[in-house]
Amino acid sequence: MSGKSRRDFLKTTAVIGAGITGLSTSTAKAGPKNILSEDRMGVLVDTTVCVGCRNCEWACKDAHSLQAGKLESYEDRKILETKRRPDETALTVVNEYSPGKNSNLPLDVKVQCMHCDHPACVSACIVGAFSKNENGSVTWDTSKCIGCRYCLAACPWQVPSFQYDKALNPLIMKCDFCFERTKDGKLPACVEICPVEALTYGTRNELVMIARARIKRDPDRYVDHILGEYEVGGTSWMYLSNKNFAELDFPKLGENPAPGVSESIQHGIFAYFVPPVSLYALLGGIMWITRRRKHFVQEEDL
Amino acid sequence: MSHEMINPVPIKHKFFTPGVLVLVILALNGFVFLMGRFFFGLGAVTNLNNQYPWGLWIGVDVAAGVALAAGGFTTAALGHVMHREEYAAIVRPALLTAMLGYTFVALGVVVDIGRWYFVWHPLIMWNGNSALFEVGICVMIYMTVLYIEFLPVVTERFIGKVNLPGVLFRLNKIVDKVLRLLDRGLSKTMFVFIIAGVVLSTLHQSSLGTLMVIAGPKMHPLWQTPILPLLFLLSAISVGFPMVIFESLLASRSLGLKPEMHVLSRLGSMIAPLLGVYLAFKIGDMVIRETFVYLTEFNTASIMFTIEVLFGVIIPLRMFLSRKVLKSPPLLFAASTLVILGVLLNRINNFIVAYTPPYSTHPYIPSFGEFSVTIGFAAMLILAYRFIVLNFPVISLLGKQMVPQSKYTIRGGK
Repeated sequence: MSGKSRRDFLKTTAVIGAGITGLSTSTAKAGPKNILSEDRMGVLVDTTVCVGCRNCEWACKDAHSLQAGKLESYEDRKILETKRRPDETALTVVNEYSPGKNSNLPLDVKVQCMHCDHPACVSACIVGAFSKNENGSVTWDTSKCIGCRYCLAACPWQVPSFQYDKALNPLIMKCDFCFERTKDGKLPACVEICPVEALTYGTRNELVMIARARIKRDPDRYVDHILGEYEVGGTSWMYLSNKNFAELDFPKLGENPAPGVSESIQHGIFAYFVPPVSLYALLGGIMWITRRRKHFVQEEDL
Repeated sequence: MSHEMINPVPIKHKFFTPGVLVLVILALNGFVFLMGRFFFGLGAVTNLNNQYPWGLWIGVDVAAGVALAAGGFTTAALGHVMHREEYAAIVRPALLTAMLGYTFVALGVVVDIGRWYFVWHPLIMWNGNSALFEVGICVMIYMTVLYIEFLPVVTERFIGKVNLPGVLFRLNKIVDKVLRLLDRGLSKTMFVFIIAGVVLSTLHQSSLGTLMVIAGPKMHPLWQTPILPLLFLLSAISVGFPMVIFESLLASRSLGLKPEMHVLSRLGSMIAPLLGVYLAFKIGDMVIRETFVYLTEFNTASIMFTIEVLFGVIIPLRMFLSRKVLKSPPLLFAASTLVILGVLLNRINNFIVAYTPPYSTHPYIPSFGEFSVTIGFAAMLILAYRFIVLNFPVISLLGKQMVPQSKYTIRGGK
């Protein structure tokens, strides 16, 4: 099933459904967006270039009004001894790994939301609070979210986090690809601050070509794999490395979009409401027949 | 429907017993932790975190709660859709269980979601791709349907007996009239709701299984399968009657009534084939996906899977095939309990045990607060059930003359 027909289906369903329940058709717009623009942006992370300065962590917090502290405090490399994950206090983190092939420098890996082309969170969200936008970003709408955390359960990269300590208005926290900054023509905060250009911002199509060219030019430096090119149907953020990605703690994922199976099942059960309506008709028929039979038996008894 | 051979009456029995007192204490304990959750957030009461976003409350209160309330739609299908009059006596208790069950499922959801005050959002914000959206909408509509299905019990209780306190007595006649009108309208249209209830149940019982499909490789292969929705539906159908038997035997013991064994044995004889179909799909799926290799490993997943299938399906299946079991209240009770625990364990396995996120640092074990709330909800449910059967015509008394129920002569009293 292609993305387009899926959207068309959704529209029809929503319109029919809205008609049935007497809601205005404007609610049909409430569905999540999943735009796959040809010019969607992405970032190529070259882990062989990254030096683990963690300036990106600081810039990210600073750009998202999170407790950032002083930039100098990030020079402390002790923190790299433990593996961390992005969470509600830090939307991106850098982890350090032992050197890969043909190198004696440690590998540093920046982790954040991958901004999938077919995001599980967009598909899963009960109220459609997540959207895949034209610029490639996957963003979350605080005005819709009910805090069910299905996105956390669905995400194949285990990225979104939740503010468990807040009694009111807890937020889902994850990298938003600096949606507000890029809208104003600025670079994402992490890309802008990176002193060694480990992060390349560009259209996803360009980035794939750049990545392929780098591998071709320097086959000793890289493993022949662009993480994110095909994983779960492709992601906007992609990685180059000189080590197998499984050794860098990336989950091993197939090439099928994460929501594929679940959406096929959902649409199978609800194909234009035919199965439920048929079931209703079938049960109605059985009810009518058994009732008639009962009356028949009762009349015979008399 | 006016010729049903049932005689449901409010049971005469005192409400408080030592057992009830224990339930009240458990409910209060749960309530304390509930307040903690609402004032200090989920993190203060639960062991949930970014690795394990869903825990005991979703696995047991919601997923298992929905499954164990399946007695409502299976008996409605049997008694009303197929018109098997001999089961009429169990339809109302099953309906009450389902109604209370779903009410507490809804409460469980409200407690678990971070922004409980937005629980109504799915009504106007739709996402047709989301299995959770399907479950949410269906559960909300089905709960309404269950309340409508239960309304006749309420009208029956009060028609001809409306006695408002104080000056309100002037309204007695009007209220009575409204009730009679409601009753007449309901009895003419009830079939619409009954069929809708069965359809809605089929839909969300299966979609509940679709929920974890999207978690993909985060879920252990012993449970992760594209036929999860079918397995959830089949197991819900198989647990419906055991739940009715369990609750009927328990209620008759607690309220000092004679167990309705003639109905329960016949009901029990239908469980084995249902369990058989479920088992066939479960084993068939395992053989086709060759996941039995994981059973040779000795770990939590393989042990839990074995317990679930052996004690929750195979052993009770064998028991329900035996006439001796079907005739004996204790054995019937034991077999039903096994099925119920099996389905409970299956939902726990699917939502908690099977869920192994890639960056998990330590396993999720529910906190004392989570257990307290879950147990507290269960206690509240039992107390509400007890209160309603003591005050509303739900349980049909055995031994008394089974008179054809003609509408207003009995209801009007005196």
